[in-house]
Formats: sequence, structure tokens, C-alpha cells
Amino acid sequence: MSIDLPGFADPVAEAQACFRAVLAATARPGRVHQVGGSLQAPSPLMPATAALLLTLADTSTQVWLSADCVPAHGWLRFHCGTHITADPAAAQFAVATRWPDLALFQRGTDEAPEESATIVVQVAAIGSGRLLRLLGPGLREEATLRVDGLPDDFVPIWAANHALYPRGLDMVLVADTALVALPRSVAVT
Amino acid sequence: MPAETTQRQQWLGVLARAESAALAACVAEAPPLPAHTLLRGPEVGLVMLRGRAGGGGAAFNLGEMTVARCSVRAGGFLGHGYVAGRDGAKAEMVARLDAALQDQTRFETLWRLVVAPLAAREAERRAALAARAAATKVDFFTLSTMRS
Repeated sequence: MSIDLPGFADPVAEAQACFRAVLAATARPGRVHQVGGSLQAPSPLMPATAALLLTLADTSTQVWLSADCVPAHGWLRFHCGTHITADPAAAQFAVATRWPDLALFQRGTDEAPEESATIVVQVAAIGSGRLLRLLGPGLREEATLRVDGLPDDFVPIWAANHALYPRGLDMVLVADTALVALPRSVAVT
Repeated sequence: MPAETTQRQQWLGVLARAESAALAACVAEAPPLPAHTLLRGPEVGLVMLRGRAGGGGAAFNLGEMTVARCSVRAGGFLGHGYVAGRDGAKAEMVARLDAALQDQTRFETLWRLVVAPLAAREAERRAALAARAAATKVDFFTLSTMRS
């Protein structure tokens, strides 16, 4: 277990700023926000992933992490006091360093769609790579987003998730300190 | 429980209960502590104290207590400080001492110059309090002999 690294230097202000960024990112899908620039993230987490977890994960959340994230478990438990679960279906937040199998996660029910999981996926780059066109609530006209590191069949995978609305997964893509949200309500082509 | 755990509990207890002025004075006497990085805090929060009434009583919430805590990394060791009250500087000092005391090369000096004097002061304080309480002790010797 390693807790060599500090969390936010100013927990209240930095967590509020990060919360605001995630909120704004979800409200305007495709817009890129920078978070966690001052943070030393425990490998293999990226700074924006670490900042998001420090902000949103606490004793009342279950977090699932992909298998290669074991070195970051101690840091996460120490700073967030969160529960780390091995069962992806129990997780409210999931962190994956590579594209995960979305079928593993909780998509909520029609009565309680908020019970679905939020998936944080670390990608190679945001702002370069494959062009995605987004349309949905929060976007008056089509927005574009470039992401490097998504699977080739991302568009059909996302279409299946989007079709489940109001159920479905919300996704946050992270590259270093850049963060962009894809809520389930957004259509991607 | 391993011996080093009980010993660490002992120094953490002594340091946490020491008055901050006495703690600072002892640390000033000792060789300088290694440079440290703050991992968490110092921050102030509430801890729920639990109590148990009677031998077979279930645990109940007695009340909340203000606690300051701090965690640091210094010289390759992880130090934690939890102290009663809102004194963040004291929590940080306890955490730094906790990290330094785990270092075998520093342990001897720090134990002699910081922990031992503070433990002695605490024992003195307790003894004085016990003496004051002992003066008010009522002896029921006459009462118990009168009954027969």
C-alpha cells in the first residue's frame, strides 16, 4: 500500500473547482476542462482522474478500478475513505486505464436511472485523433471532439448506450489533466 | 500484537496528551526533525465517541469530539498525528515525531529527549490529580465496623 503522495493542497477550494468543472463538462458535452494540474497522481491514474475521485468519491461510494490500478488503491482509500469494490456491477464510479466492457456496469432502472455508474476512461489524448460529432441536451448545435485512444467500434457501442435512455452509463474521458464528459443523453456520430 | 505496534501506540499516546507548549519545548531541545511533506491536513473534524454502559451493554454514541489530524511523509516513513482539540500545529508536530521515531537511527535520541520527559510530566500530572482526589476520600471504616 502506498500513500506517498498528498491529495489536494487546499481540499475545499480545489475540490469545489473540480466539482464545478465536472458539472460544466456534463452540462456541455464535448467541452474540454482542465483539472488536477497541481496534483501528483498515483500511477497509473492521471491527474484529472485523481482530482475527480478526490472530489466525488467518499465513504458512501463504491469505486471499481481496472486491475492495473492496484498501486493506487492505498492512496484512494487514504484520501477519499472510499470503498474499493472488485464487483463492477456494484460500483457507482469506475476507473479504467483501457476501454472497459460496458456490459459489466450498472445502468440503472427506469424507476431509478440515477443508480447507473459513471465510467472514467483514461485515453491517450483529447484534442487530437478521431473526430466525434456530438448532439444532445446542452448543445444548441453539433459539437465536435477529437479523442485518441477509443476503440474502433466506439460509435455503435455508444449508440447502444444512448438508446437505453433514461437508463445508461455516463462517461468521463480523461487525458492527463484534460477532462471531457459524455453523458448518456448525448448522441455521437 | 507486535511489540513495535504497542510501543508506537505508547509514544503516540504520550505525544497526543502532552501540552503543546511542553511538546514544542522538548522538540526544540532535540536534534532537528527531517524535512517532511504533508500528505493530509492538518485538518479539524469530529470523531464520534462510543461508550458502553454496564458489562453487557450495547455500544451507544456518547457524543462527538473535536479532533485535529495530520499525516506526513518524512525520511521514508509515514507519520500520523491525531490530537484532541483544534490545534493543527500540534497534530503536525506529532505526525512528524511519529515518522522520526520509526527511524531506528533517531529513535533513541528522540525517546530520551522528547517522549520520556513528556511521559514523566504526564505521570506527575496524574499523580498530583490522584493526590488531590485522595485527600477527599471518605473512609467508611467506622460505618462498616458499627454494623456488626
